[in-house]
Amino acid sequence: MSAASSPSRLGRGDRLFLAAVIGLPLLALLVFVWLPALASIVLSFTTWDGIGLSGIHVTGIDNYRQIFTNYPPFWPAVWHNVLWLLFTALLPTPFGVFLAYQLDRKIRFTRVYQTAIFLPMVLSLAVVGFIWEIIYNPDTGLLNSLLSAAGSAHHIDWLGNPHLNLWAVLVASGWRHTGYIMILYLAGLRSFDPALKEAAALDGAGGRQTFFRIVLPALKPVNIIIVVVTVMESLRAFDIVYVLGGGTGSKPGMELLSLLITDNIIGESGHIGYGSALAVVLLLVSLAAIGTFLVQTFRKEDS
Amino acid sequence: MTQQSRTPLAAPGPGRRQVVGRLFGLGAAALAAPVLTACGGATAASDPKTVTFGSNGADATPKAAYAAVTEAFTAQSGLKVKTNTVDHDTFQKSITSYLQGTPDDVFTWFAGYRMQYFAKKGLCSPVDDVWEKIGDGFSEATKQLSRGADGTYYFVPLYTYPWAVFYRKSLFRERGYEVPRTWDQFVALAKRMKKDGLFPIASGYGGGDTWSVLGAFDYLNLRANGYDFHTSLMRGQVSFTDRRAARVLDLWRELTPYYQPSGGGRSWQDAAQTLLDKKSGMAVIGLFLGQQITDDAVRADIDFFPFPEVDPAHGQDTVEAPTDGFMLSRRPKNEEGAKKFLEFLGSARAEETYMRADPSNLAANEQAGTGSYNALQKKSAQLIESARHISQFADRDSDPGFVSTVLLPGLTEWLSHPDDGSATLKKIESQRSRFFTA
Repeated sequence: MSAASSPSRLGRGDRLFLAAVIGLPLLALLVFVWLPALASIVLSFTTWDGIGLSGIHVTGIDNYRQIFTNYPPFWPAVWHNVLWLLFTALLPTPFGVFLAYQLDRKIRFTRVYQTAIFLPMVLSLAVVGFIWEIIYNPDTGLLNSLLSAAGSAHHIDWLGNPHLNLWAVLVASGWRHTGYIMILYLAGLRSFDPALKEAAALDGAGGRQTFFRIVLPALKPVNIIIVVVTVMESLRAFDIVYVLGGGTGSKPGMELLSLLITDNIIGESGHIGYGSALAVVLLLVSLAAIGTFLVQTFRKEDS
Repeated sequence: MTQQSRTPLAAPGPGRRQVVGRLFGLGAAALAAPVLTACGGATAASDPKTVTFGSNGADATPKAAYAAVTEAFTAQSGLKVKTNTVDHDTFQKSITSYLQGTPDDVFTWFAGYRMQYFAKKGLCSPVDDVWEKIGDGFSEATKQLSRGADGTYYFVPLYTYPWAVFYRKSLFRERGYEVPRTWDQFVALAKRMKKDGLFPIASGYGGGDTWSVLGAFDYLNLRANGYDFHTSLMRGQVSFTDRRAARVLDLWRELTPYYQPSGGGRSWQDAAQTLLDKKSGMAVIGLFLGQQITDDAVRADIDFFPFPEVDPAHGQDTVEAPTDGFMLSRRPKNEEGAKKFLEFLGSARAEETYMRADPSNLAANEQAGTGSYNALQKKSAQLIESARHISQFADRDSDPGFVSTVLLPGLTEWLSHPDDGSATLKKIESQRSRFFTA
């Protein structure tokens, strides 16, 4: 049967059905995702207090100028987002891969370990936040209790000290992220052909060589997912900082772009335009990061 | 699985198209649901026998207290009150969209700039006719708090509570401490407490409790620079790099060595607990501290003194006493009933009903009976009566967005390493014009 005749196989009802099934979700996507995104971009060139449409005044690129030149928490927030990305990419992610690789080697109680390491991922980040809040409490928290039991007289303000609190939050988020990466990678390893490993062993490759030369390249699709997940999680980091910061917005030392957006938009006298401009900045950064990566990966695949 | 084995399995059950169709129908229903409920909500509430009431009193004590008040109103007027309770913080955060959507007829809110802002934006209705009936019960200062910038009434107050320096009487007696009246005495006392192994000033502004540092900030400014300067500063009319603002941080810096360490990670409740446990000597906090006390013997042992005098020209003439109450939404569905409800809420009887269930506040209505007041409440009432000026609280006297996104992060960051503060003040000043234009 030729390709040209295949559309005619669909009856009128089929076509209507297809149009509805594709068209309506598309409409929902447009209305609930792209329209708000476009509205944000438009609003980012205005000032608006969120009350009545007549309150919208166009101010051109004023918001952006303000944000880049005169908004004290902005550059710290950008830096914290970068730090978040670097930290997550350099510590919890490789550690998760490492754990997956170890657990894949049929060691005893591997199911128990898997469950234990994956457990934080089952909890929502907000709940993870509450757990770590208890650990970091300066008076009754686990960490300071252990320190004082070990004879240290130092009273460390884990979440209050602006030089320390971001790291405290990163540890908490890394704790969860490790399990996520582990399970993703473990799934990849399970589909990995063991014959390849055997062949490598026969050729005299060591454990490390096997991993870097054979396993890692063979698991490329999983690697892409892991990189994308890590970048996305770092850029959209919000809930755990929000919870550990007390649920009131950004705090000194813990500013993130996502928090600055809510700082300005949610609240009593919202600066919708200003917050939208921040959101657009975050959107561009995210698009640039993910876009470059995906384009590069798929270009290599095509060629 | 092969193609062959799949087909017979699928045949007896619902066809693929049917399943997709059903899922699709579900999806469409889910999309349509909010629209439908929004319509339903609008029509159902226009019953003339019902008044809707949006309440931020989600904690057990205020919730029970409001329930008692609405029940009393129903018994008196025959009108039903439909209460819609939302968590305190959530209520505050969503207030702007709440008031523009389909708000309840009557809703809880705060006196001061925060109320005037919404009045100016036309998001609430004037209640002058309600005040014609309830006006006798309130002092001039309270009346002033209830009016917008245009002189019209927009607010019906329910209760108030003062901020002060709290301490335990027995601790002061044991150690021979004396209540300080001036700043120098205050700092000297703190120094002595530190030598005695106490945390002189309980400190907990971690997590969502950063607002608690504003008590000290407001009082230092009020004492050193006076009420008028404080008001202009909070309304964005004066520069934060003004010498007088810098003086506030200078004074504060004298006190910070005596703050309980690690305050940035502690909740105010935990800090208050150290005061009750006699590990801390004093705490700059509001009367709501009482909600933390479960033991009546401890409650009887708690006392407070007004924040000490810095400049004799201003003495201790201002008391920070935030006032909570009610407002009428922009287009109430049952205006007549809502106004009747507000009249009732402003009456002495409603106040008494409320105070019976929530004794850590003071009635705003002067005609309300004070017989059930405990010693702290009585002393608080006296303190407020004797005040020449009553301030609300920084986040109520100022643009709340400015306070939460500029002033508070600046002050808490500074508190973690209190230097001369000029960099902090410059940062705050650079943002002022963004919040206070027009």
